Amino acid sequence: MASSGSGYDLSPTTFSPDGRIFQVEYASKAVASSGTSVGLKVKDGVVLVTEKILTSKMLVPGSSRRVHGLDRHAGCSITGLISDGRQLVNRGREEASNYVDTYGIRSPPVVLCERLSSFAHYFTLHGALRPFGATAMVAAYDEDEKDYSLHMIEPSGQAYKYYGCAAGKGRQGAKTEIEKLDLQALSCEEGLAAAVKVVLQMRDDNKDKPMELEAGWCRDGKYSKVPDGVLKDAEKKGREELEEEEDMDEDEDE
Amino acid sequence: MAALANSFLSPESSRLKPGELSTGTTIMAVPFPGGVVLGADSRVSTGTYIANRTSDKIAQLSSKIFCCRSGSAADTQALTDYVRFYLQQWEVETGRNATVKVAAHLMRKICYQNKDNLSAGVIVGGWDEVDGGSVYNIPLGGTMIKMDCAIGGSGSTYIYGLTDALHKPNMTKAETVAMVKKSISHAMARDGSSGGIIRTCIVDESGVEREYIPGNQLPYGP
Repeated sequence: MASSGSGYDLSPTTFSPDGRIFQVEYASKAVASSGTSVGLKVKDGVVLVTEKILTSKMLVPGSSRRVHGLDRHAGCSITGLISDGRQLVNRGREEASNYVDTYGIRSPPVVLCERLSSFAHYFTLHGALRPFGATAMVAAYDEDEKDYSLHMIEPSGQAYKYYGCAAGKGRQGAKTEIEKLDLQALSCEEGLAAAVKVVLQMRDDNKDKPMELEAGWCRDGKYSKVPDGVLKDAEKKGREELEEEEDMDEDEDE
Repeated sequence: MAALANSFLSPESSRLKPGELSTGTTIMAVPFPGGVVLGADSRVSTGTYIANRTSDKIAQLSSKIFCCRSGSAADTQALTDYVRFYLQQWEVETGRNATVKVAAHLMRKICYQNKDNLSAGVIVGGWDEVDGGSVYNIPLGGTMIKMDCAIGGSGSTYIYGLTDALHKPNMTKAETVAMVKKSISHAMARDGSSGGIIRTCIVDESGVEREYIPGNQLPYGP
């Protein structure tokens, strides 16, 4: 790597001569090596799906979660280092509950995400700190505007609002797949199926480590974890569809 | 003898420090479909002395949110200053127009947290895109109650029955304004520490109208 040994990559307080901050870029690399996450804003809500790579065959299903609720109207998925992500989750919960306490209404998604991104950004400003090796996708409902939104907060402190976004190992492929979808025509169930399929599509089951899918969605004004049964069905359906498509491709080749 | 005079008055004004100005008052706010009407008398007194006979007890919190003040003039002015400041910050952060709910919640919070040092009973009312016209009453202890017809101040005790009788659901703007003016006139007639003129403030989607009725033209009587 061009940056190593130059001395410009030792602290997030140092710019390289061409204006980059290597510590922040390394943090993004930690996210890029994690399981794929996909977020979709659909017709009547927002769907978050993430691939949790299992480090041991002895893990109990559903442990060390990557998808968390922040408040009644908001939730997020974590891509990257789980423990770093949990730091963002804790802060998100704190911000959300403080907001209700002072203003008497649920935090508007933009405000919640701006505050969360300021928090992430703060960790890129001090020599004694390191940036978070995690990206958070926040799905939330705006109770005043009656609207759903999807934001992605990155280690640099950037936070953009998306119709669809992806992070982790398969993000490039996932993004091209997401662009093909007609998001405004999909319901939450259809969005879940599409997101699950995209995540599965980015995998190579012969090569990749075993994984478990996790999903959350924001619908009917509330955030909730996708029920296990619904997610299992979507996963099964996704796998079947992908196999069918593969078979058809092979037929065409012959 | 201000301290002695205070001890004869209602529980609200008996909390005043010796010499403190009281807006010993009649205030009122009533929402109607599409807007809200706020009204107040204009008397400010120190015991039996009328310090101001044409004061304005309806303070503006944001472009379409107002607040009727009762209790200590100093306390309620400071309170509305704070709420106005926090609401402005909220508008800047969210990029939206403030809502009555948020305004009332901020007011409630400050009133409750400082209840030992304040004598302030306020009514927050206004119009916003989310809820239309709405009114919240925040009396002495710092509770917050959303109301269809809120009255407050020392004069209000005389008109509970009158407002109960006059208020009907889904009144028109004109009916609501007439009801507010009538009710306050009757409170001013019976309550020694309410008087002067009636100020009203009508807020709806199209904007704010402020009016007053001179003291010799009050709609008192049947």
